[in-house]
Amino acid sequence: MQLVRLSLKVNGQPVEAEVEARTTLADFLREQLGLTGTKLGCEHGVCGSCTVLVDGAAARSCLLLAAQVDGCEITTIEGLTSNGTLHPVQQAFWEAHGLQCGFCTPGMVLTAVALLNEHPAPSESEIREALSGNLCRCTGYQNIIRAVQLVVEKQQRAG
Amino acid sequence: MKPPPFAYEQAGSLAHTLNLLAQHGSEARPLAGGQSLLPMLALRLARPTILVDIGRLDELSGVNRSNGELVLGATVRQRQVAQNPEIVQVLPLLVAATRLIGHPAIRNWGTIGGSLAHADPAAEYPAVMVALDATFVAQGPKGEHEISARDFFLGPFTTALEDTELLTRIRIPRPRPGTGWGIEEVARRHGDFALAGAVVVLERSVEGTCRRVAIAVIGANARPVRAMEAEQALAGQPLTAPVLREAAALAVKAIDDPLSDVHGSATYRQRLVPVVVQRALQAATERAALA
Repeated sequence: MQLVRLSLKVNGQPVEAEVEARTTLADFLREQLGLTGTKLGCEHGVCGSCTVLVDGAAARSCLLLAAQVDGCEITTIEGLTSNGTLHPVQQAFWEAHGLQCGFCTPGMVLTAVALLNEHPAPSESEIREALSGNLCRCTGYQNIIRAVQLVVEKQQRAG
Repeated sequence: MKPPPFAYEQAGSLAHTLNLLAQHGSEARPLAGGQSLLPMLALRLARPTILVDIGRLDELSGVNRSNGELVLGATVRQRQVAQNPEIVQVLPLLVAATRLIGHPAIRNWGTIGGSLAHADPAAEYPAVMVALDATFVAQGPKGEHEISARDFFLGPFTTALEDTELLTRIRIPRPRPGTGWGIEEVARRHGDFALAGAVVVLERSVEGTCRRVAIAVIGANARPVRAMEAEQALAGQPLTAPVLREAAALAVKAIDDPLSDVHGSATYRQRLVPVVVQRALQAATERAALA
C-alpha cells in the first residue's frame, strides 16, 4: 500500500497529510479532515453531490484522487460561511427555500458559486445548464433556480 | 465502491512517463483528468498496478497553430478547448462538441487526449476527429508515430495505441474559411452520453451544391464511422431538404458493429441515426458559405 504526501490548502487553511494513493479527494475531505459537508451520492461523477471548488473551479471530488490536488486550494461548503455569516448564495437558498433534505445542497451551492464567479448575471437557461450536473430528488429544482436568480437580483440591486 | 489499491507516480516528464509505461505495460495507466478513469476504478472495471499522473506536464498541453493545422496537446483540458481563442476562431465545431460533454465540473478536469484514448463509442470528440480527418501523434518505446483518426478507434474503449504508448498530440487540419459544420445528438439528459449523434463538416460550391462533406456517426456503432454512402450521395448535389433527407437515410449503412445496451437498443439507435444526421446536415448547410 503506497502512501502519498500532500501539502495543500483547504478552506484557507494549510493541510499536510499522508493518504493512500487510491483515496479520492471526497474521502480525504470527509474521512481524514472530518469535513462531511461534501456528500457521496453516486461515486462515479453523475450526481454532483460531491462538488467542491479546486482553485476556484467546480470539480467532482469523487472523480479526483487526493494525490492529484497536491498544492491546490480546495473550498468545501464549510469554507463558504465566514464567522457565522452565510455566504450570499447560501442565504439565497435559505430565502428561496431552495432545499429540503439538504443532501444535494452543498454541491448545488458550490456549483452556483463557481457559475457566478464566471458569469455574474446568468440567464435562467444558463443557470439551468450550469446546474444540470447536480441532481436533486426533493425539490423539483424550481426553487434552486430561483435561489440563484435571487443572488443575481440582490447583487444587481446592490451594485 | 472505492478504487482498488494501486501505486501512484507524478510524472516528471514525458520521457519519465514513457519509461514507466515501457516498464509496466498494461499494468500502468496514464492519468490525465481522470474523469473517465476514476469511475472505472470506482466500479472496479479497471485494476491497474500503477497510475502515472501526466496532468501537470507542460510538454503535453498547449494549443498551437502551424502550417494550416491546429495542434492540441493531449492534456489540454476540455474547458480550455471550449475557451481557447484559436479554437474558437478556427474550429467552432470543436467548441460546440465540448459543450455536449458532461458538465462544467467534468470539463474542468477532463482532457481531450484522455477522451480520445478512452474511446467511448458514445463520446463526441472521437467522431469529431474522424469527421475532421485529424491525425494523432503517439509516442512509445519505438519512438513517435502518427495514426489517422479513422484508423485509431477500433472498438468500444479500444484504440490502436499499444499499452506502452501515450497519445501526445492531436493534429487537426484547419477547415477552409466558409466551411459549414453541425453536431447533433440525442441523449436522455443534457450532458449524458449520446444514444446517437452526428457530426457534419460541409463545403458548398458557388452554385450552392455540395463540394465536400464528411459525416461521422456517434453512439450507434462500436466506434465512430464515416457515413461514406451518404457522403457520396451528396457530392455535387444541391443541398435541398429532400436531398439531405435521402442522404441521411443512407447513413445507417455505415453501422457495421451496432451498439446495443440498457440505454438504447441497436434498433432504437439506428432509428435515431438518420434523424441526427439530417439535423446536422441541415445545420452545416446553413452555416456553409457559398464560395
